[in-house]
Amino acid sequence: MPAPPVPAPPVPAPPAPAPRVQLFVTCLVDLLYPEIGERTVALLERLGCEVAFPSTQTCCGQPALSSGYPRDAVTVAERFLDAFADTEGPIVAPFGSCVHMVRHHYPRLLEGERAAIAARLAARTYELPSFIVDKLGRPAVGGRYPGSGMTTVAYHHECHMRYGLGVTAAPMSLLRGVAGCTIVEPLHGGLCCGFGGTFSLKLTDVSVAMADEKLDSALGAGARAIVSTDVGCLMHLEGRARRRGLPLRVHHLVDLLEPDGAL
Amino acid sequence: MSGLVIEPPRRRPDPAVTPNLHRAAERWESNRAEAHERVDWEAWRERAREIRADAVRHLPELIELLEARMVAAGGSVHHARDGEEACRHIVRICREAGATNAVKGKSMTSEEIDLGAALAAAGIEAVETDLGEYIVQALGDRPSHLLAPAVHLNAVQVAELFARESGRRFDPEDTAALVLYARGVLRRRFLAAEVGITGVNLAVAETGTLAILESEGNIRLATALPRIHIALMGIEKVIRDWAGASHLVQMLPLAAHGTLAAASTSFITGPAREGDDGPQEVHLVLLDGGRSAVRGTPFEAALHCIRCGACLYACPVYRQVGGHGYGSTYSGPIGSVITPLLDRTGASAELAWHSSLCGACVEACPVKIPLDDQLVMLRARAHERDPARAEAALFAAWARLWSRPATYRATAATAGRALRPLWSALGHEGWQRRLPFPFSGWTDGRDARAPDPEPFHVRWRRRRGGS
Repeated sequence: MPAPPVPAPPVPAPPAPAPRVQLFVTCLVDLLYPEIGERTVALLERLGCEVAFPSTQTCCGQPALSSGYPRDAVTVAERFLDAFADTEGPIVAPFGSCVHMVRHHYPRLLEGERAAIAARLAARTYELPSFIVDKLGRPAVGGRYPGSGMTTVAYHHECHMRYGLGVTAAPMSLLRGVAGCTIVEPLHGGLCCGFGGTFSLKLTDVSVAMADEKLDSALGAGARAIVSTDVGCLMHLEGRARRRGLPLRVHHLVDLLEPDGAL
Repeated sequence: MSGLVIEPPRRRPDPAVTPNLHRAAERWESNRAEAHERVDWEAWRERAREIRADAVRHLPELIELLEARMVAAGGSVHHARDGEEACRHIVRICREAGATNAVKGKSMTSEEIDLGAALAAAGIEAVETDLGEYIVQALGDRPSHLLAPAVHLNAVQVAELFARESGRRFDPEDTAALVLYARGVLRRRFLAAEVGITGVNLAVAETGTLAILESEGNIRLATALPRIHIALMGIEKVIRDWAGASHLVQMLPLAAHGTLAAASTSFITGPAREGDDGPQEVHLVLLDGGRSAVRGTPFEAALHCIRCGACLYACPVYRQVGGHGYGSTYSGPIGSVITPLLDRTGASAELAWHSSLCGACVEACPVKIPLDDQLVMLRARAHERDPARAEAALFAAWARLWSRPATYRATAATAGRALRPLWSALGHEGWQRRLPFPFSGWTDGRDARAPDPEPFHVRWRRRRGGS
């Protein structure tokens, strides 16, 4: 009786070709937080992506849309279409709210042929955490919170990612992979921080009261840092924390995903 | 004082109500979480949306059917174009019956048409019989939530009110004693009333049946003891059939309180039959009040609302400003949408800005109304109607500059250059204490992040080349 055939050793899957990624840096990151853009590029390259930066991009137009000026929003959105329509591969942004603008608002904001282009772009536009976890299949990418010992952090789910895009698992998955920090869930964690774009200028007192609740509940849960992926929320929360002199740091998730914890 | 629009919305938080609202909202959140484990929430809300969308799409024919079936069952139907006409119908019915004592069930529609004032002017004493409504009526206050009218108050405030009314002492901890006191007062009113006036949660067209959900039993008394029952309903509350009704009478309490049934649900098809107890007359007053004009517009989905109040609890702005902060009968996200839609004066247009557009309301809505998108569209509509705004010129200029890469980059470079000295003075920390108009509102409460002297697109070009 012949010996049963020895099963062939599993052939290792060929490494997936490095996906070419189009960086949609977003205007607030470009102008106010360029280092978040640089860290996003470094992270994507570390994960094997080739990163391109379509140089004619400006803003997605969301400030005008949510302020009630859809025509001005279209004028600026047209620029996004021009900048990305002829590119290939996934479009990735470190800012969920702008992705929500492209995915949710563009297809109904633009008309005719432009709407079709917008729909095609929307289908390949991702926020950074989902792209890494779901598209690249990397539930964790390491990283470490700077300093020795453990820091307690609270994750703030930005609303357009949580409610608009339905994404909550991916950023938490990445955050859990970061060494040097423990994660706490503050009271009323699901509430908006009060940024809301021009809401922060129109209903200033309400906006600030919402930030205070967010900051106080993070502190109350023992957090010493708040992490998010919305640069608007970060700017609002850090601006308020600084004004009050609170012992809270505010970070973009990508800051913590640096391999050496170099913040 | 009530009516659709009462006063300008407030732009400040109300620290007196926020803790009460957080507490109520937390209760709602935990009940809701439990309830979602028992049903397929997404399938349930899609079914609820379909039922409501079908009703609003076929509104004229369903109203006609409802009227025919209700009249066949012995009821009467009265149509009102606006609140004033609805009030006239109700006052006339009371007068024709010689009634001067009425008991009222909770009805936001009655607040919308300012029915209390119309009844008082006609010499008809109408007492609110929902406990929360009774409290706000006695305080000369007004409801601050669709379903929980006194949610902005706490037990201490209620105990003080009842003590003033009765000359007795009440322990705020002993809520049972507070409830018993109110029950005693209200029972006497129920027995004396000639007319019971209620709202309607939904009307089933195929049988001419009115459904009213409640927690306290006051609706059962108000629709059974008095000789006449007058029901007031916005026309959009009609639905086609019992298949839809059986879903919505579960969905409404599920979204509102996390329970699959209200404590009591009354189904009323005409007056009492020969030999039965119950009212001799049942009148339905159907209020249009601007609703028909919303049909066929991009805002039609706002008419799908079943008034569950879920979007109020979900809304962080509602929790800060409270129901009264909206200055209108309908508060919270749905109030910010339907008030400007129903209000022909334009006075409430500003309500569209009473939201951070976070979208928590959309997730909570049992009929999937895209409240955030509607708020954005209402902002645009407000600008179209009132175009002479400096802000419009600002955004137009901004769009021109930022729709071209060259001018976008130029503005970035200018901001960077202008702020560079400041930037260095601040030790490159990049945060500022004061900004000029139109950004001064930001720095009233927050430090501001300064533009970076070297934006990302400059750094990319420097390191990677390219244009």
